[in-house]
Amino acid sequence: MLILENIRVALSALNANKLRSFLTMVGITIGVTSVIILVSIGQALESFVIAGFENIGSNLVVVFAPLVQSNSKLLTLNEVEALSDVFRVPDALYVMPQDNMNRQVVANGVEYVSRIEGVDVLYPTIFNRDVIGGRFFTQNEVDGLARVAVLGQKMVDRFFSDTFPIGQTIRISGVRFTVIGVLSTEGGEGLTTFLGGDADDIIVVPITTAQTRLSGERVITGERPVDFVAIQARSSDTVKSLADQIRQTLREERNISFRDEDNFQVVTQSAVLDTLNQITALLTLFLSLLAGISLIVGGIGIMNIMLVTVTERTREIGLRKATGAKNSDILLQFLTESMTLSLIGGGIGISIALTLAFLVTTFVPDLDVSVKFTTILLVVAISMSIGVFFGAYPANRASKLNPIEALRYE
Amino acid sequence: MLKLFKKGKEPEILRDELGRRAVIDIRQITKMYQMGDVEVHALRGVDLQIYEGEFVSIMGPSGSGKSTLMYILGALDQPTNGAYYLDGVDVSKLDEKQLAIIRNKKIGFVFQSFNLLKRTTALRQVELPLMYGGVSGRTKKAKAALEAVGLGKRLDHLPSELSGGQQQRVAIARAIVNEPAMILADEPTGNLDSRSGTEVMQIFQTMNREKGITTVFVTHDPWIARHTNRVIMLRDGVVVADRKVATPLVAGETERPSEAEELEGVFQEVYYGGKEEEYN
Ligand SMILES: Nc1ncnc2c1ncn2[C@@H]1O[C@H](COP(=O)(O)OP(=O)(O)OP(=O)(O)O)[C@@H](O)[C@H]1O
Ligand SMILES: [Mg+2]
Repeated sequence: MLILENIRVALSALNANKLRSFLTMVGITIGVTSVIILVSIGQALESFVIAGFENIGSNLVVVFAPLVQSNSKLLTLNEVEALSDVFRVPDALYVMPQDNMNRQVVANGVEYVSRIEGVDVLYPTIFNRDVIGGRFFTQNEVDGLARVAVLGQKMVDRFFSDTFPIGQTIRISGVRFTVIGVLSTEGGEGLTTFLGGDADDIIVVPITTAQTRLSGERVITGERPVDFVAIQARSSDTVKSLADQIRQTLREERNISFRDEDNFQVVTQSAVLDTLNQITALLTLFLSLLAGISLIVGGIGIMNIMLVTVTERTREIGLRKATGAKNSDILLQFLTESMTLSLIGGGIGISIALTLAFLVTTFVPDLDVSVKFTTILLVVAISMSIGVFFGAYPANRASKLNPIEALRYE
Repeated sequence: MLKLFKKGKEPEILRDELGRRAVIDIRQITKMYQMGDVEVHALRGVDLQIYEGEFVSIMGPSGSGKSTLMYILGALDQPTNGAYYLDGVDVSKLDEKQLAIIRNKKIGFVFQSFNLLKRTTALRQVELPLMYGGVSGRTKKAKAALEAVGLGKRLDHLPSELSGGQQQRVAIARAIVNEPAMILADEPTGNLDSRSGTEVMQIFQTMNREKGITTVFVTHDPWIARHTNRVIMLRDGVVVADRKVATPLVAGETERPSEAEELEGVFQEVYYGGKEEEYN
């Protein structure tokens, strides 16, 4: 009963100083908002990345020449040959070069600069993609530089919203291609999406055709380069040894002396994951710091205002003691007040965070930022602890007041 | 004599010639305040017994120690020396919690400045002691107390919506709601005009007469003091006079006489006997 009365007194005291109470709560509100956003975005990113790896197909190693590395040398099909040598790279199950480019595409009267991926027949296997209409191209078509194309769902929607796409002709950079198949939706969640754009918004063609018909690019030796080579290990245990074999083979192919650095990069899934984790950890650290600081500042604000309140209400405290309040009653009363303050501040923070999460999910559908109930429990606990921790000193001071001096206080 | 008390022997509860128990029994109480290097002796050895059902007024010039004495009687403060038995309980031996309980159950305090809580309705003000006492049926009891002081129609009024006299009556209702052994009032009419003062006096008299509540109050007003049964005069921290009032006035029945006549019957000589600066 006394608790209810304490809450009532606290609310009416806070209500009597609306602006002051509100300003005091702002710190807690910001802190709580950032804690929720931080935790929820962290969780969303995590599931996003995990979903990406589940989609991409496992045990993948990617070799490429990073643009940011000054000495890097583009990979060529000859090198892909070498990497496909089962004696030199025994742990490789599949080896597939890929060459991506953006080209003007005209089809069915629609014009659009599209993303073209030049791949070989292993593409559906390595990247876990299904062909839901028509078929994928064959090795013969790859060897014969056939002008055939397989479309992602969004390309189908863009060019062939009213016609059956298979058998239609499209022009990529003026070159005529025949549509032979349609890919299933990737869902826009995969790692391919994350790394290289929307995996549903692509046109897949044989790499040989892409290199000869769509790209004039050549390296110094006159060979045609590829963007990267995707290599799948035989099992998850051999990913590391596969990466070593790839490095060894490429260094030999390129005659890199033992003193020199690699002029290419071998990336394993776990390495990518590590990098992502590092980024997430950094983000988390930064946001935690922000949240922590605003929570502490909010707490100090509460302490400050509670000290003012105790001073202002010295006579009230004296009177309460004169009518029989024990020190513990006074302590509890002011603790209730500081907790009410921090809980309301936290409550506002929760509603702001929920609104923000809703907005993020609405505008970035790929990132499903949902606030978990446990997160809300967590911040409620944090708010209460702040109320108790920073309210303890003022409340203790109030409870120890000498009743006479309190009653005399002007 | 002090030694005897320190041995922890509770003295027998004193009784007066009518057989009434002493609610208040203080022996050689002193109170010293330390103000920096200066020692202020507010009370210099006060002996006083007040019996149940008595209606006592304490008078004396400003600074004579009246409030100090009231705070000690109200268990809000501890004496520097001496013993205080309240209803037979040695108050000096009580800890903080027990003192709070004593204040809650045995004492009703009324202040000159009302000391009502802001933003709190009359009803809730009066419920306060019941709340701290963990009493059930609070609303009913608080209502009854407010009705007893004639504020049955003002239950939901805030202090800012009440006149001074009404506020003081709320404070009185708050003091009596727990049915304490005594009411202590420090200049309860000091902030009121004479009409409101008379109303408040009427309430005190009625409470005392009908419920037999022991009442001690401080006043500067000899006319008010003549409404009580016994007047105690304090000066410089000692009791200088303690007399029964032969025929106490009944509040509201007699017109206040001219100032010259006011002191009639209330030891004029003692009141005006002090040095001049005491009255400033
Ligand atoms: N907290 C204190 N610290 C120091 N001195 C004090 C304190 N309280 C009271 N005194 C001193 O004790 C003496 C008695 O004070 P007290 O308040 O009891 O007088 P009083 O009789 O109630 O006066 P008044 O009629 O003005 O209310 C005064 O000299 C006063 O200055
Ligand atoms: Mg006084």
